[in-house]
Amino acid sequence: MKERDFEQQYEPLWQAFERQVEDCRQGVEKPQTTFPEQYRQLCGQLSLARQRDYSDALVARLNHLVMRGHHLLYQREARATVGRLGNALVAFVAALRQNRQYVLCAALLFILPALVMGIGTYLSETFMYSLVSPEQAAELESMYDPANDRLGPERDSETDLAMFGYYISHNIGIAFKAFAGGMFLGIGTLMVVLYNGLYLGAVTGYLTRAGFGITFYPFVIGHGAFELTAIVICGAAGLMMGHALIHPGRQRRLDALRTASAEAVKLMYGGVFMLFVAAFLEAFWSSSGQLPVAVKLVVGAALWLFVLWFCFFSKIGMSREPD
Amino acid sequence: MCASKLLDNHCSVETPEGIEFVQAMAGPVPRILAYLIDLAWRGLVYAGLGMMLPLMGGLGMGLFLILTFLLEWFYPVFFEVFRHGQTPGKKALGLKVVNEDFTPIGWGASVVRNLLRAADFLPLFYVAGIVSMVVSGRFQRLGDLAAGSLVVHVDKQPKVVVDESIKPIMPRQVLSRAERQGIIGLTERSMSISQPRQEELAQLLEPVTGVSGAAGLEHLKGVGAWLLGRK
Repeated sequence: MKERDFEQQYEPLWQAFERQVEDCRQGVEKPQTTFPEQYRQLCGQLSLARQRDYSDALVARLNHLVMRGHHLLYQREARATVGRLGNALVAFVAALRQNRQYVLCAALLFILPALVMGIGTYLSETFMYSLVSPEQAAELESMYDPANDRLGPERDSETDLAMFGYYISHNIGIAFKAFAGGMFLGIGTLMVVLYNGLYLGAVTGYLTRAGFGITFYPFVIGHGAFELTAIVICGAAGLMMGHALIHPGRQRRLDALRTASAEAVKLMYGGVFMLFVAAFLEAFWSSSGQLPVAVKLVVGAALWLFVLWFCFFSKIGMSREPD
Repeated sequence: MCASKLLDNHCSVETPEGIEFVQAMAGPVPRILAYLIDLAWRGLVYAGLGMMLPLMGGLGMGLFLILTFLLEWFYPVFFEVFRHGQTPGKKALGLKVVNEDFTPIGWGASVVRNLLRAADFLPLFYVAGIVSMVVSGRFQRLGDLAAGSLVVHVDKQPKVVVDESIKPIMPRQVLSRAERQGIIGLTERSMSISQPRQEELAQLLEPVTGVSGAAGLEHLKGVGAWLLGRK
């Protein structure tokens, strides 16, 4: 069959197909039940056109039509419904349990330097200045001075929301960088998690030494439950990618990376959610000066128990765990 | 043929329907341009927010920080998932983000490729991403490598119109596949190549066609029209 005859024979089909794809794309209508069949016919026509050496223009046109049909046929469910958010949460918990070793590594990477730095600064003040400049240390000291009636960073109540925004952009940014650092064989992740561990340890030790524990601990305990756990989780996600690159096992490095990142992103969903909660608590709960210290400590401890229980002991991801 | 194969930016995938389906990968230049367009849009939004929100005091400041954070990280995710893989910049340049099997991109892959912008950005201005694009075979930046995504061209080729006035001529010799393709190519592209150059090309076949100059070109175009199926 000559190209022109071929074109004439199928032209109405192609035009109808194109119209249908365009309508579906704009959301005017749903694909008809005959759509997959029409799509397969089009695929067959593209193969024929190639095999019979029809002109490049015709092949390109059919290829373009096939592409549009392909995208319509194989589209993903994109809507963000409550059910899907629930699924993401379950996937998060299941992924967390399956990748315990990475979470453990990230936690150790965070806790050990924090302990070393914390004990160091508690015993000797100069240890603090290896990491934090004296001006910053003085600023920290003034923020948590028990003489203030408001805890945490000095501010009036109407800037709570401003601080909420700041915590979101700053803290979640750190977590994202911890994840992205996994691309560089995990070294970036290592640096971000280690640095944050060291910094937290230093600040804790320093303020305890200065006798400001009474204001500092009630401030950090509440949102720390979410924030510190989330940073460890995002670090674990970064380590997963780094590990896949260093030790891909029996896969090609790129394939291993792809598998690992698909799993790691589930951890990120949960991590980001927890960081939002942490920012909210930090801005509106932790900094409140009216609440008695005992209430804050008890609620903080309860939040820690809840987060650890939810992440590692709740039944929520059980049914998903085998796959 | 071989040289053009080496420089080819086309990539094919076998679909479940059993066909080879081809897409042109987008290189660094259109992608950088698309990024700049997106950056300009975001800049406009930031400027708008920056002018309106400070009027609301602490609340406005908080909203500004939250919105800029969301725009910074999730602007591409939103458009890739809800607008068929095209941010406004990509749409302007006819680009589209797809998975490696050319299916539309979903949440997971889109989140991975956009969170890893932080890695691509290093050490500054996306140097790592551009190096990765140039080195990898299919112009993938680090985020694309991890997410298994590609950026492809989707622009529609204009329909080729062959001059109706050409009189079809049956070729006197048996033509091979490549020869047929060559002659058809010349006929179809006659609108976009200058007349002297076409004649020059046609002149190469003078020993076969036996006619030279403008007449030789007419003859070849006639053969081309015949091969396309004109009667």
